[in-house]
Amino acid sequence: MALSAADVLAGLKEIVEEVAGVSASQIELEKNFTEDLDVDSLSMVEVVVAAEERFGVKIPDDAVTDLATVGDAVNFIVNAAK
Amino acid sequence: MKRRVVVTGLGATTPLGADVDSTWRALIAGKSGVRLLTEEWRELLPVHFAARVHTEPVDQMERVEMRRLDRSEQFALIASREAWKDAGSPDVDKERLGVVIASGIGGVITLLDQYDNLKEKGARGVSPHTVPMLMPNGPAANVGLELQAKAGVHTPVSACASGAEAIGYALEMIRSNRADVIVSGGVEAAIHQLPMAGFAAMKALSTRNDAPERASRPYDRDRDGFVLGEGGGILILEEYEHAKARGAKIYCELVGQGLSSDGYHIAAPDPEGSGVQRAIKFALADANLSTRDIVHLNAHATSTPAGDVAEANALRLALGADADHVAVSATKSMTGHLLGGAGAIESVFIVKALQERIAPPTINIENLDPAVTIDVVRDQARTLPAGQIAALNDSFGFGGHNVVLAFASI
Repeated sequence: MALSAADVLAGLKEIVEEVAGVSASQIELEKNFTEDLDVDSLSMVEVVVAAEERFGVKIPDDAVTDLATVGDAVNFIVNAAK
Repeated sequence: MKRRVVVTGLGATTPLGADVDSTWRALIAGKSGVRLLTEEWRELLPVHFAARVHTEPVDQMERVEMRRLDRSEQFALIASREAWKDAGSPDVDKERLGVVIASGIGGVITLLDQYDNLKEKGARGVSPHTVPMLMPNGPAANVGLELQAKAGVHTPVSACASGAEAIGYALEMIRSNRADVIVSGGVEAAIHQLPMAGFAAMKALSTRNDAPERASRPYDRDRDGFVLGEGGGILILEEYEHAKARGAKIYCELVGQGLSSDGYHIAAPDPEGSGVQRAIKFALADANLSTRDIVHLNAHATSTPAGDVAEANALRLALGADADHVAVSATKSMTGHLLGGAGAIESVFIVKALQERIAPPTINIENLDPAVTIDVVRDQARTLPAGQIAALNDSFGFGGHNVVLAFASI
């Protein structure tokens, strides 16, 4: 099922807010997970598992290392869901 | 010259209160922190009650912080923050700051919850925070991280003697010049059906389900086991000159410790109590005190039939005629047994007792066991003498670990 970038961003905002306690208004496409959003390597695993469940996609471990920003994650999920 | 160690801060979260002050007030008033459990699983067990913390961590810390921490780690941070603030947030070189915080069982609730996740959702369902949450050194590690302590972060494990052993380890770290300030103590969060079923299988827990608040009754003739408690206590220990130089409030001095082991049985106390007696003698020698100097003792006294009498006999033998002027308090009658947190919270009580000159009561003694020949503070708190006084805290753990700490007014 195709997902819109806006839907994925909205979903990711909820997940990152839950995991890292960052308010959704601060979560933007260009934000870096580690540097801007306090998502460390352990919390990133939580974000990935929650995103997989929510969007019905598979995010392999070797892809996770390339997901530096929220925008990277949105693009990956939108493409994976096509 | 020997480096002296003083107490400059206290913190606690216990079944009696959210902090040291509220806990101490309830303790002196003789309140019980024991309650019926509300969880359905209690029906699976022969014991339906425990001593949960008075104030849940969710009311004391941020949600996001909580979800990465085992309950024992939450207790450690809550009590350490209070203690650090109480000590005036000491300005100390981070390389001279240490943390020694024990737990008896570690993150057992996390371990069991994540095992449920594994069975239900598979390996992907197991949290990446599982290992840092379940490791027994997690409470110490999290406090060390928060304060950026770099002199060493340690976690002695000796069952119910762990909290006292942590404070003793911290004493030696300062004496041996490894550190100037240490956050020390112990925590436990093991109120869950599995550890409770395990203790119940040993017949170690009271089953007085019709009167939970009356269940923890050290030295009473009809005691039938301990009551599981949770929470923790933290002491800021500081080298005396360091504390004086910064004008710190000084509660008292930690003057010595004595350690021994029974070599007798994995869980049962040695009825001769020779290990306990040796630990007391070592502590007095280390502290350069005589039995005449001791006016108060916070006993291990968990309310088990065998343990209380074995300890009382050992105290009588170790203190001799001087036991007649030692006011013995068994505060587990009110807090329940905090396992790895017990020796720590009871050290907090000793420090308060020396400061306020008052020995807490021992509640629920309806008929004093005639085998107990020490001077138990029953029902009502008792005033302690003025002048230079000293007090002992003894703790024992499954495995035959004996730890005695000696504190003195300053």
